[in-house]
Amino acid sequence: MTSANAAYRSWGRPQSEAGKRVVRLWWRDQAFPADRPALPFGNGRSYGDSCLAREGALIDLRGLDRFISFDDDTGLLRCEGGVLLSDILAHFVPKGWFLPVTPGTRFVTLGGAIANDVHGKNHHRAGSFGHHVRCFELLRSDGARIVCSPHESADWFAATIGGCGLTGVILWAEIALQRVPGPAMEVDTLRFSGVDEFLEISHASHNSHEYTVAWIDALNPGRDGARGLFFRSNFAADQRPVAAPRPKPGLPFTPPVSLLPKPAVRLFNTATRRWPRRSRQYVHYERSFYPLDAVPNWNRLFGRRGFYQYQCVVPYSAAEAIGELIARVARAGEGSFLSVLKVFGDHKPVGWLSFPRPGLTLALDFPDRGERTLKLLDTLDEITAEAGGAVYPAKDARMDAQTFQRGFPSWRRLEDYRDPAICSDFWRRVAIPQPT
Amino acid sequence: MRKVLIIGATSAIAAAIARLFAQDGDRVFLIARNEEHLKATADDLTVRGASVAGYKSLDVNALDRHKAVLDEAEEALGGIDIALIAHGTLPVQADCERSPGLTAQELQTNAVSTIALLTRLAERMEERRSGRIAVITSVAADRGRQSNYVYGAAKAAVDTFLEGLRQRLHKSGVGVTAIRPGFIDTPMTAGFRKGLLWAKPEAAAKRIHAAIGKGTDVVYVPFFWRWIMLVIRLMPRSLFKRIEL
Repeated sequence: MTSANAAYRSWGRPQSEAGKRVVRLWWRDQAFPADRPALPFGNGRSYGDSCLAREGALIDLRGLDRFISFDDDTGLLRCEGGVLLSDILAHFVPKGWFLPVTPGTRFVTLGGAIANDVHGKNHHRAGSFGHHVRCFELLRSDGARIVCSPHESADWFAATIGGCGLTGVILWAEIALQRVPGPAMEVDTLRFSGVDEFLEISHASHNSHEYTVAWIDALNPGRDGARGLFFRSNFAADQRPVAAPRPKPGLPFTPPVSLLPKPAVRLFNTATRRWPRRSRQYVHYERSFYPLDAVPNWNRLFGRRGFYQYQCVVPYSAAEAIGELIARVARAGEGSFLSVLKVFGDHKPVGWLSFPRPGLTLALDFPDRGERTLKLLDTLDEITAEAGGAVYPAKDARMDAQTFQRGFPSWRRLEDYRDPAICSDFWRRVAIPQPT
Repeated sequence: MRKVLIIGATSAIAAAIARLFAQDGDRVFLIARNEEHLKATADDLTVRGASVAGYKSLDVNALDRHKAVLDEAEEALGGIDIALIAHGTLPVQADCERSPGLTAQELQTNAVSTIALLTRLAERMEERRSGRIAVITSVAADRGRQSNYVYGAAKAAVDTFLEGLRQRLHKSGVGVTAIRPGFIDTPMTAGFRKGLLWAKPEAAAKRIHAAIGKGTDVVYVPFFWRWIMLVIRLMPRSLFKRIEL
């Protein structure tokens, strides 16, 4: 056992120490740690407190980073839960395989991707990460080892996908990789104005493009609501030589104040409006999927106070809520550096607590300015809840229990399947009744 | 394709080095104590591109088994181009101070077993007039310090042995690399609070893999330990005995 140190933090709270103590697992045959309560910890890329256990121990799973088997005919890859998606990509892209679904950073563990049922730009085609998990093994604190799949221990399967790591430790998992012609992608960029136009382009692109996403200028919404850039892409059938982005120097430490002052944010957002109406580019997949990964520790740009991410999903029928959310943010004058809008497809969620569901999802970031920011986020919660939507646990550090429980009505079922020796600060906040 | 024998193959540093051999498509044979862990390591290396010739469970302190296991490895590999010895234990110094038995056992594991393996490997390589032997010792070998001189003494024994072996084998065209890691974040050092001087096994592995490839005689990992240890070695004894280190 070691003391907690700088390596264990939440991504949005760079000053937080994620746990009091840390226990590491190095091998699949090790026992569940005796130091309890504990919380499985991957690579610390959750933004809020779903990866924090400030009063307990963390189970660091990065030592479980081995591949187990790969079938070159079917693309089925089995590996340990602490393997980073970046490791999978580094090894398998040169062989013509890609992740079936990838989040906006490749520096997450396989176990983390399952526990948060992460989604990507191809949700409209492929669903979420959980849709591509064939099976996994769960280690419980009572020593039980449960192999779960849609056919075997299916209840544990559904509880664990999107289960925020609360059902046990994911020792290994098997996922289906997808064939790709090479690392080059063909990306179309289209300028749009207003949520309606965004929806039009989205629907027109869903059959032709595997990956779609939009950046919006949340500072200057304009008369039609959201203005922004729509990106749609496929792996290029005619592969051209493309270079991976070179990693930029990151910040070696967290500056006391944010390095993203409002004028800079405004400039960045305004620049999106200067984009040509339509353009086409060939880019390396890292540029397309992981633009922020090129800046190590970009979260430190927000300074010591850190930042909040806000990501919600609202049903198609309540699409106007998106305009309302954007307008509210703009009115508050709280600039979001990067605001992302995307249509989720009709796939039925796999996990009881899966966040991705049919509808529109909006992601915003806010430097932590204390009360003011929290109040704004509460207002956003109200709009989301009113629209019948939900807020993404992996990015949340502050929603109240009511908002969570309305958005995730199956939470009680998960509580029944939660390992009694596992808890996170997030779960304590939103699901466990506090003594009054 | 090189033929690589790795002893202590399930240690975090050795496994990370083995992955670099796997990337090159090298042929490996793995030896370690725990059969389950050997299998997990072998599977990982196979997916990563290595051709795994086999693996064998061995307690290195069973000296009488060395010959048979090395024979098996050599036959499975079809000769040995590189032999990497990476096994070891890190005792709690204070426990050793209270127990001559434990002290002797640590010297056995960290020095005697290694020297016994080296004796056999050297003979084989000298005969074939080719190959490289690489051994993970430690910066602790450079000067005895009160915080870990039992471990340090064992590593120093191996280091001195390697120094002589290098001279002897040089004329046969066999190389010897002594690897002296500083603080590396592995299961062996799980009990330590990590600070700025600590390195990841992957970073350490890169440097070691390169040193083996280039045929470096002695390599500090990370590089700055060469200078830290130089200062420690140069300290006058009259001062050295008074300080805590």
